[in-house]
Amino acid sequence: MHSFFKQNKTAAWLIFGAMLLVLPLLLQSAGNFWVRIADTALLYVLLAIGLNIVVGYAGLLDLGFVAFFAIGAYMYGLMASPHLSEAFPWFAQMFPNGLHSSVWLVIPAGAAIAGFFGILLGAPTLKLRGDYLAIVTLGFGEIIRVFLNNLDHPVNITNGPKGLSQIDSITLFKFDALGIPGINLGQAIDVTEDFAINSVTLYYYLFLALAVLSVIVCHRLELSRIGRAWMAIREDEIAAKAMGINTRNMKLLAFGMGATFGGVSGVMFSAFQGFVSPESFSLMESIMIVAMVVLGGIGHLPGVILGAVLLSALPEVLRWVSGAMDLQSISGGRLDPAILRQLLIALAMIIVMLLRPRGLWPTPEHGKALQIPAGK
Amino acid sequence: MDILLQQIINGLVLGSMYALVALGYTMVYGIINLINFAHGEVLMVGALTSWAIITNAQEAMPGLPGWLLLLVALVISCVVAAALNFAIEKIAYRPLRNSPKLAPLITAIGMSILLQTLAMIIFKPNYKPYPTLLPAAPIQFAGAVITTTQVMILAMTAVSLAVLMYVVNYTRLGRAMRATAENPRVAALMGVKPDMVISATFIIGAVLATIAGVMYASNYGTVQHTMGFLPGLKAFTAAVFGGIGNLAGAVVGGVLLGLIESIGSGYLGMLTGGVLGSHYSDIFAFIVLIIVLTLRPSGLLGERVADRA
Repeated sequence: MHSFFKQNKTAAWLIFGAMLLVLPLLLQSAGNFWVRIADTALLYVLLAIGLNIVVGYAGLLDLGFVAFFAIGAYMYGLMASPHLSEAFPWFAQMFPNGLHSSVWLVIPAGAAIAGFFGILLGAPTLKLRGDYLAIVTLGFGEIIRVFLNNLDHPVNITNGPKGLSQIDSITLFKFDALGIPGINLGQAIDVTEDFAINSVTLYYYLFLALAVLSVIVCHRLELSRIGRAWMAIREDEIAAKAMGINTRNMKLLAFGMGATFGGVSGVMFSAFQGFVSPESFSLMESIMIVAMVVLGGIGHLPGVILGAVLLSALPEVLRWVSGAMDLQSISGGRLDPAILRQLLIALAMIIVMLLRPRGLWPTPEHGKALQIPAGK
Repeated sequence: MDILLQQIINGLVLGSMYALVALGYTMVYGIINLINFAHGEVLMVGALTSWAIITNAQEAMPGLPGWLLLLVALVISCVVAAALNFAIEKIAYRPLRNSPKLAPLITAIGMSILLQTLAMIIFKPNYKPYPTLLPAAPIQFAGAVITTTQVMILAMTAVSLAVLMYVVNYTRLGRAMRATAENPRVAALMGVKPDMVISATFIIGAVLATIAGVMYASNYGTVQHTMGFLPGLKAFTAAVFGGIGNLAGAVVGGVLLGLIESIGSGYLGMLTGGVLGSHYSDIFAFIVLIIVLTLRPSGLLGERVADRA
């Protein structure tokens, strides 16, 4: 069995891909709840892949990554919800039907704005050493969150702690001129009378496509001149500089590229949820994403994906299990699924790091020394 | 003018608490180059322990004078927090001393979440009123108001700082700590036991954090399992602000941060005509930090260290 996959890599990939495609259809028969978990896991995969560029490749510890996620999410929220029309009469006059921006406009715009903020954050922090950088990025994340929370007065832009609601779901392949209605991912597609592809499943496919695209982009980056430059900076900045790498531009590029991924996943998040509020973008989220990258195996794409899936999906499954066991009444109200989830994440972070400090699935260390023959 | 004086007093009180917590961060960082994310949680555990002791003791012996009760609770919770921080270091950081740099950081974050969750399970998530043990009547002082608790906070901070400075500068242990911070391997060759020094550092840090935590609780009158998070974050900011690894820097950074925060939030609304209110006080710390680090990347009093290759 094992050797079969070793010999037929293509076959293995095809089977794996087919499994990913069928997975949500199986899950949705068990309930939308399960597909939702898979969707969230894919969103986290996107985020973790983005952060991996900054932390894994370039070695810059970013503890405020969720800020870019928030920027993307709020941008889509503003451009596809009735909030701006309700808050500003002139805006309602300008767009009487509301500003229902197409994803094809919002995704590049979200990526661009998040990337811009990434560079904006990167520029003053370039000179800082690792731990200083960590705290500054952490501060940046908090600053963005506090602004989102308070920008409901004097001018109501973000609607404050109440957040933005009634955000449009994503519609793909819509051509008004040709009269093609397109696919609205917010509505189920009825295939036959008793089988429908649910909205969450449609989102799953969109997220899966994006995740695959990101993996390909990152994999190519890793092997490129840019990727090698990042890793050189990570290993030794002075030596990298001596080799003729423009460390300033490379670091800015890492920040910008990483932020772009965050922005796009933010857009996806807000379309998927239909609602955004500052609560979703707390420091804890940033820390979770860093934990995914580090637990999985920093700088190694399969590891990062594994970390993201484990940390996002496993606790949800455990939440369901503990709910089924009716833990709350057993423990007299002290333990509920959310608390248990937090406890398990904390324990996982400590135990995994103690047992495997380089992550669950670390990069193979190649080229460091001659292979020592077995038995030596 | 009275408002300004009042804000300065508030800022000094806040700042001295930041300073105490920041010292714990900066000492640990100076010796093992680790951001001890769980440090804020040690503060929380100290405060919650003292709360449990005080409320139970008040029920058992209602006649006890407030100051005595506070003192006893402070001493016991210092011991508890010190034991906890000692254990944290031993379990979560020591095995990872030679691992990739991010590994201990992740265990530190994990510890922080773990302690918060455990505290939530043990003490329940609600806000608990912290009993007022010192005379609550405010003291008028040149047009401003200061409470007995605040006077105590300032005095306690001064005493703790004096003791700490004495320990670090004039005792054997202090010399060993400074040597280990400089170069652990050479210190070990000179007969210093780095493991012991590191444990001692964590214990001292925990005591300082507990003092800050108990004072924080008696000043604001509530305790909860999340109370350590924000002060911890701000204190770390203060440590970086002053130049991490530098004891005087932590104190200066903490006090300055407290002053900036309270004066800033007091006047921001007035200056901007109500556009930006005091909700923004929490981000002052970070904005100042970003500005300072841009202009002086190693903090106010930090030395300019070249990256070790």
